Amino acid sequence: MSGRRLAAVVLLVTLVLAGGLSFYASSHPDGLEYVAETTGFLDSAEDSATADSPLADYQTRGVDDERVSGGLAGLIGVTAVLGLSGGLFWAIRRRGDRAEDPDRPERRSTSVDAGR
Amino acid sequence: MHVPDGFLDAPTSVATGVVAAAGIAVALRKARGELDDRTAPMAGLVAAFVFAGQMINFPVGAGTSGHLIGGALAAVLVGPWTGMLCLSVVLLVQALFMADGGITALGTNITLMGVVGCFVGYAVFRLALLVLPRRLGSVAPAAAVGALVSVPAAATVFTLLFVVGGNAPIDTGAVLAAMVSWHVVIGVGEAVVTGLVVGSVVAVRPDLVHGAQRLVSARTLQVRPSAVATPARTEEVS
Repeated sequence: MSGRRLAAVVLLVTLVLAGGLSFYASSHPDGLEYVAETTGFLDSAEDSATADSPLADYQTRGVDDERVSGGLAGLIGVTAVLGLSGGLFWAIRRRGDRAEDPDRPERRSTSVDAGR
Repeated sequence: MHVPDGFLDAPTSVATGVVAAAGIAVALRKARGELDDRTAPMAGLVAAFVFAGQMINFPVGAGTSGHLIGGALAAVLVGPWTGMLCLSVVLLVQALFMADGGITALGTNITLMGVVGCFVGYAVFRLALLVLPRRLGSVAPAAAVGALVSVPAAATVFTLLFVVGGNAPIDTGAVLAAMVSWHVVIGVGEAVVTGLVVGSVVAVRPDLVHGAQRLVSARTLQVRPSAVATPARTEEVS
């Protein structure tokens, strides 16, 4: 399987999970929240400063249908993570040290290069 | 496992924030050794997959649920330093946009799931590889074992932080017992997902799996010493 094809499969699975299957996720409290509740420290939790975010709790504000609202929030989140991490990893990767790679980009100096 | 604001006091949150920031600073330099033109796009996809996987809560009984943390998974697939950065980006997006995990608790969450999740998961993975037969088929089970251990390990570290800086006076033993027991069960789910995903990628492209690189190079040397059609990059295994 080519790397491109593998990437397409991983991306597809990711989008289906975040955009579709997340609707069927268990809504029970997670392990930490459950333990906090049963042992008695859940009340010490405070609302996040971002609790009013348009995507808070994986629901898109203004979208009434819960399935669409959650799926949309998931897809936006995936896009944000992909953009941020993809950009970060592409920026800090090693480059130009693959003699067998004819398409290698020319060596450029970056702050990371300088810091090495 | 996402810690909300308020569970831990300010000094503890600052301390874990320092740990997280230091970890990220080191990881930004070390991850370079794990990332090249081929693996960098894969690492971005792994972060996105971890974000999606963390949305899927599975029931673990008695009105409780768990979800993938993905620390061991990311560490085995793209390397522990890159994996830690994957988790950090995921947790940042969750805290900023989804209100999942507190803002003042972001350092705590990166410490628990990014640092402990990735590095405990990866260390146990490597130990398991030493015990298991030296072949590619061992990578997925070893990753599963790493995942299994990483979840209660993160739960234990949370409990230690709670003992030091918890805002509620709760009996330590009760919290530890409950945290570890529930997170062992959640860890089984983590192990299953991690084993399946790592096994799937190893089956099609073992050369793209960071944790399988030594085995891929060994196989290449033993079985097909002259195979040059797909040059394996083996010299930079860290």
